[in-house]
Amino acid sequence: MSLADVSPGQNAVIQAVGGQRAFRRRLLELGLLPGTAVTLVRVAPLRDPVELLVRGTSLSIRRAEAACIEVAQLTSAASEPLASGAARGPG
Amino acid sequence: MNEPRSPALSEPPSAAPIVLLVGSPNVGKSSLFNALTGGHARVGNYPGITVERLSGQARVPTNTGARSVRVTDVPGTHSLAARSRDERVALDSILGANGEPQPALVVCVVDATQLGRSSYLLLSVAELGVPLVVAVNMIDEARDAPPDVAELERALGVPCVVTDARRGRGVDALRATIARGLEDPRRCDLEIDYPPALVADREELRQHLPEPWRGDDRRERALALWALASLDEDDELDDAPRALREAAIRVRARHADRDLDREIATGRWAAIERLVSRVTRRDDPHPQKRRGTERADRLLLHPVWGFAIFVALMLALFQSLFSWSEPAIQLIESGVSALQGALRAALPAGLVRDFASEGVVGGVGNVIVFLPQILLLFLLLGLLEDSGYMARVAYLMDRVMRSLGLHGRAFVPMLSGFACAVPAILATRTMERQRDRTLTMLVIPLMTCSARLPVYTLIIAALLPPGEVLGLSVAPLALTSMYVLSMVVSLAAAGILGRTVVRGRRMPLLLELPPYRVPQPRAVLRMTWRRTMSFVREAGTTILACTVVLWALLTFPRSETAPVVAAAVPAAAAAAAAPAPATGAREPAAAPAIERTWGGKLGKALEPALEPLGFDWRIGVGLIGAFAAREVFVSTMALVYGLDEVDDEALPLRERLRLERRPDGTPRYRALTGISLMVFFAFAAQCMSTLATVRRETGGWRWPAFMLGYMTTLAWVASFLVYQVGTSLGF
Repeated sequence: MSLADVSPGQNAVIQAVGGQRAFRRRLLELGLLPGTAVTLVRVAPLRDPVELLVRGTSLSIRRAEAACIEVAQLTSAASEPLASGAARGPG
Repeated sequence: MNEPRSPALSEPPSAAPIVLLVGSPNVGKSSLFNALTGGHARVGNYPGITVERLSGQARVPTNTGARSVRVTDVPGTHSLAARSRDERVALDSILGANGEPQPALVVCVVDATQLGRSSYLLLSVAELGVPLVVAVNMIDEARDAPPDVAELERALGVPCVVTDARRGRGVDALRATIARGLEDPRRCDLEIDYPPALVADREELRQHLPEPWRGDDRRERALALWALASLDEDDELDDAPRALREAAIRVRARHADRDLDREIATGRWAAIERLVSRVTRRDDPHPQKRRGTERADRLLLHPVWGFAIFVALMLALFQSLFSWSEPAIQLIESGVSALQGALRAALPAGLVRDFASEGVVGGVGNVIVFLPQILLLFLLLGLLEDSGYMARVAYLMDRVMRSLGLHGRAFVPMLSGFACAVPAILATRTMERQRDRTLTMLVIPLMTCSARLPVYTLIIAALLPPGEVLGLSVAPLALTSMYVLSMVVSLAAAGILGRTVVRGRRMPLLLELPPYRVPQPRAVLRMTWRRTMSFVREAGTTILACTVVLWALLTFPRSETAPVVAAAVPAAAAAAAAPAPATGAREPAAAPAIERTWGGKLGKALEPALEPLGFDWRIGVGLIGAFAAREVFVSTMALVYGLDEVDDEALPLRERLRLERRPDGTPRYRALTGISLMVFFAFAAQCMSTLATVRRETGGWRWPAFMLGYMTTLAWVASFLVYQVGTSLGF
């Protein structure tokens, strides 16, 4: 599944980051690496962009780019979205 | 030890050493800059691009007293990798390359509450092996889990100091550390483990580094890695060495199976994680400020309430821009008029007097009349930025603005364009990319600014038939139509220009939503003042020069038989109204004087081009005068008709325009002429101040020339269609 499929308040772990090179590089530099935990905090009122919490930073990207980020959903998620928002993965 | 390191690029040895302030966005770098320099700074530009560069003097202690250093603030960035000149500013500044002066010391600012996030840049700078000092800022907000700075110092091998720039704490310690760093420069010795394959690629690229990039091992390795990350087939770094780019492309192509960007980022992040776990018990991923911010965002980004608050805030911003600046504008205008009157009374009649009062005082007036709105807009923008709300504006508006090819942050500048294009264009600086700024600047002048109102009012009252259309009175209907037309056309223009002229690469949105903070009034006021003054210096001189040129156009050659008389200066027209350059109205008998000036001749020469739009040479002269500021059209038309009294209502002029007859007895100006003229004013770039501001903001005449060209063409074609189609339909 991709990050665009994650519902607001849910956590996931990044599996792979795709997209155009310059943008992808910036995401990697911000620490969106495979194994990193990410929370989809909310969706903007007009459905796009989405707000993410990664490594303690709130980031906003559009759905089209979120769809290029492959994630695995965490099952124990929804209870407290902020609690595990920036847990560091092995990556 | 203030000898600059690279003799080739150094400042003279006597100059104060340069201390560079670098850091990720939102780490409090600007606060630290203000604390170090006392807020006294020069706003400059990096050569060739329009990224703002702040620098100021700071005093640091020495054994014998104190010495001056020049602190330069580098725009916030997460990494040194770059694909455009804008993004390479940080690297150029650190290396003293591409025309940047060689810094003696780099101070890297990190966020104590988010050491991980802000350390990516720290490690990238450290890899370059430049003399380094680390300021661990916002230490007050990291009370729960303060980082162990002594341990950080051991890990990095460079001096580290904790600061709380917003409250001014730790700033003296930082000064002392800077002094120490200048005396005894330390370079970071932290090694980052990259996979062996990546190390091999790096060594290969290192062989292709051009001579000026060479240096010690550390620097060469870091620059080779930079090239691997930054250069490819379609980067926008035109001046990057060709051999290096080709080598980077070659290496990348050879390893299609590997993910080089990920290898670099992973290597650095692994080092960051080791570093962070060494100096903090836990890198609190969601410190206190994040929780407060999260609560606020639940309301401020709410699908319904968030939007309602946003609309209310924007309306308040727009309203205050209009109404709060109005009294100040009136005051400036009456001051300028009074000064002009005094000059006329004091000096003997003649060219000197006219030049002094109309050219010089009028020109200065044309500049300072913008200050109330500029100050106010910068103040409001500063508050929006400093509080963290501006990022939310972009978040909320991205969906709408994107469909027009505009950046989410273009919303506030475009809204401000309804007051005045000049402050609105200056406000485009809230956007990072030059392409987004340029596109927004190009369409802002299409917004119905307040200077068009007196023109529309005159035309509607003089030429449009009174009465009602479909039950609505004509005047408000016409005015509303002009606003709607301007909005529709500016958005369409953004869509078209964004896909053609300023196409650029489509850059996906990557927006950080920083924690909310209480804005710092002093910092906001300082920034407001600095930016306003840089407008006065850089755009003001152009506006002054243009005013003098326009004055000369409408004055020379002087007519012997037409003595210039002291006359009423047009009263304040509307917000953003500027005193006319050629305001001294002549006596009725001398009316044709203007006809014999160069401006008059130009108007006549333009007549063939204006006739298909329904205009004659008189309107042509009015259009020339309107270049000073659109509302000057009214006073210039009064000059053309030799009317010496122009008040807010311009009643005599209205009568005159309505009653003007052609030789054959038909009205010279019809209702259709009025509509055509309003359409022309809606689209034409009739404002030298706007063009001067665009020149200042884009760093050249290319974009203002394009703006003048496309808007004039648009205005001509639109007016042509209105007049010709209207005429053929029998209006």
